[in-house]
Amino acid sequence: MTSTVDTKADASRPAVPSGLVTVARAPGWIRYALLAVALLVALWLPNGLYPAVAVDILCWALFAVAVDLLLGFTGLMSFGHAAFWGASAYVTGLVAIHAGLPFPAAVLAGALAAAVLAVPIGYLAVKRTGIYFAMVTLAFAQMVYYVANEWRSVTQGENGLQGVPRELFGLDLSDDYYFYYAILPIVLLGLAGAWRIVHSPFGRVLVGIRDNPARARALGYPVHRYKLTVLVLSGFIAGLGGGLFAVGHRFVSLEVLHWTTSGKAVIVVVLGGIGTLWGGVLGAAIVVRLEDWLSFSGFEAIGLVTGGIFVLVVLLFRRGIWGTASALALRWWASRRR
Amino acid sequence: MAGQALLSARGLTRDFRGFRAVDGVDLDVAPDSVHALVGPNGAGKTTLFNLLTGFLPPSGGRIELDGRDITGLAPEQVARLGVARSFQITSLFPQLSAREHVELALQSPSGLGWRFWRSAKLMRRYTDRAAELLDMVGLADLAEAPAEALAYGRKRALELAIALALDPKVLLLDEPTAGMGLEDVDRTVDLIGRVRQGRTVVMVEHNMSVVGRLADTVTVLQAGKVLVEGPYEQVRADERVITAYLGAADAAH
Repeated sequence: MTSTVDTKADASRPAVPSGLVTVARAPGWIRYALLAVALLVALWLPNGLYPAVAVDILCWALFAVAVDLLLGFTGLMSFGHAAFWGASAYVTGLVAIHAGLPFPAAVLAGALAAAVLAVPIGYLAVKRTGIYFAMVTLAFAQMVYYVANEWRSVTQGENGLQGVPRELFGLDLSDDYYFYYAILPIVLLGLAGAWRIVHSPFGRVLVGIRDNPARARALGYPVHRYKLTVLVLSGFIAGLGGGLFAVGHRFVSLEVLHWTTSGKAVIVVVLGGIGTLWGGVLGAAIVVRLEDWLSFSGFEAIGLVTGGIFVLVVLLFRRGIWGTASALALRWWASRRR
Repeated sequence: MAGQALLSARGLTRDFRGFRAVDGVDLDVAPDSVHALVGPNGAGKTTLFNLLTGFLPPSGGRIELDGRDITGLAPEQVARLGVARSFQITSLFPQLSAREHVELALQSPSGLGWRFWRSAKLMRRYTDRAAELLDMVGLADLAEAPAEALAYGRKRALELAIALALDPKVLLLDEPTAGMGLEDVDRTVDLIGRVRQGRTVVMVEHNMSVVGRLADTVTVLQAGKVLVEGPYEQVRADERVITAYLGAADAAH
């Protein structure tokens, strides 16, 4: 008798969570319940945390989801995403200061600028894979950093852009608490957009490219163009986060373009769970909250703690928090149904 | 001659750091034929495959498909013109199900893959056709299994299903029966025999009984050059072929 299924891999077990989003394989009512809980938490958040911290969490959630689109769903490790986050922060800040537009319009301008910036970067980077892709993106991000540093007449160099207004049709958004609710719809739209991309025909092709680019090409898919497209989309979503971050802080410093910002985004995604999308949101909440708590308690070496947690996650929970939790939940679910 | 061939190569050459893996190969694949490429290890068969499918750019020479110059095109462009291939080492998307593989292949010629703003549920339009193709290769009851969980012979069958999903003019199969047990070999030969109807097949194959059962024309390669070409019976009896294989066997021991 020929065996039809490998004995080593049992077809009935839940798939490895780095595939398509695992929650999609959970029963429908569980997904809706999770979504409802997440929305309630999002609505409650600035009541339980400092509103300024809650705002940062929303911005970083967008950033993390943008990085996961590449890292988790296309298999591309960008180590230069600060270029998109930071370029959008600067463009948003400049548009808000000089054009006096409502802040969502300024953020949109920033995100579009980030998407445009992704075209030349992507054009050169997508022909590389693995560590080389990471290096090319890092190199471009460093170039953007130095341009911003030198172009003082526009960016104010090391002083940063001061006084980015929170203009929205004359509403008083100076209180972070109200500002949080003003940006929440934009963030939810951005997250929904990322979800749509992952669960689109395009998203299927991306997963194929991630798992086996040569095979995808043999099927007739122009892999480079797909990678470039997802990089532009990812740049746009990262730009949404960076623009909101600029308005949220009313200030843009060079730090938004620094390589450590790119590194933090990767840490957030790995911590939350690569290829899980929502893990990035969770990772953003944890890292931002933790950093705020550490800096508030006067601890100097914040990077040591986040870096240490990163190492622990990579060594012990390679699927990240979301990936590990959903794998356990699915296993429990499968064992119950037997 | 070249006018009648569906896929042809003229003076096809590929160098790797001073080593000439494919050396001035002329090849004419007649429409609706099964054309086998055989030869000892290192004869350049897989390199030739990679040249014909755009996975390697040639160092010299010219490739034509249906009279159209396809030399130097990218793999995805060659695939879109109707040349589908399988890989010698099984090459699948480990985490996608068998059905998702075939749907992805069926989707390829359409523009649907670019629709990042639409639901993946649109791909259900391919589900029926995918089921037919999976049934054809004997994978009907394994449609939902992730590819990584399939046994080796089944993975090879899935490779064939996704190549067929592209509805290619030319099907290039790189060692379709490599590493298979006898039963799977028979199944695969039957399958290729069925799918060759109205199609052109080029295959690299070591198993001479498979070649004998399927091939109309056999090209023997040695050291990157065409040694002999002709019908199976004629090639098998050729002195030079016997020497080439025995010589290679001697060298290996």
